[in-house]
Amino acid sequence: MKKLSLSVIGMYLMMAHAFSQTNATDSTGYKPKKLKLDEINLVTSYYDQTADKSAVMGGRTDYKGIADVTDFANGIDVTFIGWDKKQRKNTLALGLGVDYHTAASQAYVDSNGTAKNNGTRIYPTINWTRENEQKGTSFGIGAYYSAEHNYYHSIGLNGSVSKKNKSNGEFSFKVVGFFDKINMIYPSEFYPVDSVKNSQSSDSIVYRTSASGQTQAFVYNNGQLVGNSKNHKPETPTKPRNTYTASLAFSQIINQRLQGSVEMDLVYQTGYLGLPFHRVYYNTGKDTIENLPSQRFKLPIGFRLNYFLGDKIIIRSYYRFYADSWGLVSNTANLEVPVKITPFFSISPFYRFYMQTAARYFAPYAVHTEQEQYFTSNYALAAFNSNLFGAGLRLAPPRGIFTNSLRVLELRYGHYTQTTDLNANIISLNLTFK
Amino acid sequence: MLRYGFLLFTVFSMASCAHVKEYQKSRINDSEMSLSNRHVEKNELNAESYREGSSGANGGKTGGGCGCN
Repeated sequence: MKKLSLSVIGMYLMMAHAFSQTNATDSTGYKPKKLKLDEINLVTSYYDQTADKSAVMGGRTDYKGIADVTDFANGIDVTFIGWDKKQRKNTLALGLGVDYHTAASQAYVDSNGTAKNNGTRIYPTINWTRENEQKGTSFGIGAYYSAEHNYYHSIGLNGSVSKKNKSNGEFSFKVVGFFDKINMIYPSEFYPVDSVKNSQSSDSIVYRTSASGQTQAFVYNNGQLVGNSKNHKPETPTKPRNTYTASLAFSQIINQRLQGSVEMDLVYQTGYLGLPFHRVYYNTGKDTIENLPSQRFKLPIGFRLNYFLGDKIIIRSYYRFYADSWGLVSNTANLEVPVKITPFFSISPFYRFYMQTAARYFAPYAVHTEQEQYFTSNYALAAFNSNLFGAGLRLAPPRGIFTNSLRVLELRYGHYTQTTDLNANIISLNLTFK
Repeated sequence: MLRYGFLLFTVFSMASCAHVKEYQKSRINDSEMSLSNRHVEKNELNAESYREGSSGANGGKTGGGCGCN
């Protein structure tokens, strides 16, 4: 009886095994899969800055809070994944960002400081990647658009390739082009004259632009204001700014706990590289508009090294060296240490130190002379150090948070200080849905 | 000096890579071991690139747009 029972059980297992083999054969018979929603990421941030030195006011220090800024940024990224007939993985990523900001200095594009001090920025993106997992190769293309208050627009195009080797290394190459148009919005004391729009040879139409983005047209005849131009649609002139980037990156798994990468960008910018509403005050007290060279080469190179220490601590490190053709050199060091309180909950304190030398065209308020060809008082190009420290939380339970679809919640706070007396706080939230 | 030390450490570390098999990548594949930025850092990187004179080689943007205000 015992033998019979064992025989029956054995036959049952053989049949089950046979059926499972049949099913397995069917399931491994490859079928392409259409693009299917894989992941949604929602990122929202609030940035609050206090500072007294604004590029719009030429670095003047007598306007307290003139460089105060708030920014409420919201973005959604949606990823679709599918496999084609040749078993290649196709990833389509769509993104949309909407930012709303307030900036005290923006009001002072009008010299009386009564212009609109807020605005929005909208930036959709689309990226498509095809990956051959068997060969370890991938290819991708993408596009980006941004419409920004006071800036007209920016269009970006990119293409990338990557190749994995058998030693757990990956080499990637990416090219990106940004094609921007800048609204030539001058401080209100500088009125550009659009000679092309002259309706009569003796007339000139003057466009008075402001930080509010509003443009008014005035008709002058022989230097005398003869009225508003109702027959001409006011147009703010634009100038181009193009940025071309070639990025090379290599990443390598070094052992079971350590991996690193090296990334280098070669960046070339050409066109109008200043901003028309940035004032500069000469040492004579007279003001003008910042003037910067029409070309800039940038060379940043970054290194990452991540190490899993024990079972609960990860060390994420990053260092970047940067140099450009305007004489600005910077060093950035970043250290983040995620500590896993549980396998699904971690706390990540972080610290970032940054230092830069000044661009050779920078000088503070009322230092530039009228003999100089290029000049700016934008403190982003000054010599300074900055510190950023804070902490992040990450929650990623396998069964989701509240609902099965919310898989990851990340919250991060950072406090940023510059030796230019700029202080800022930023808090960000990311939600990942699957 | 610091950067040269880091560079040398990286180069020598990579030169002595151990072959890691798929089943040995449980720690390497941990999401917080990723060599890219976190989603939640996106706007922080934007703010840094607008307030500082340098950008690039960090997965963030190298140009495009203004951040003028």
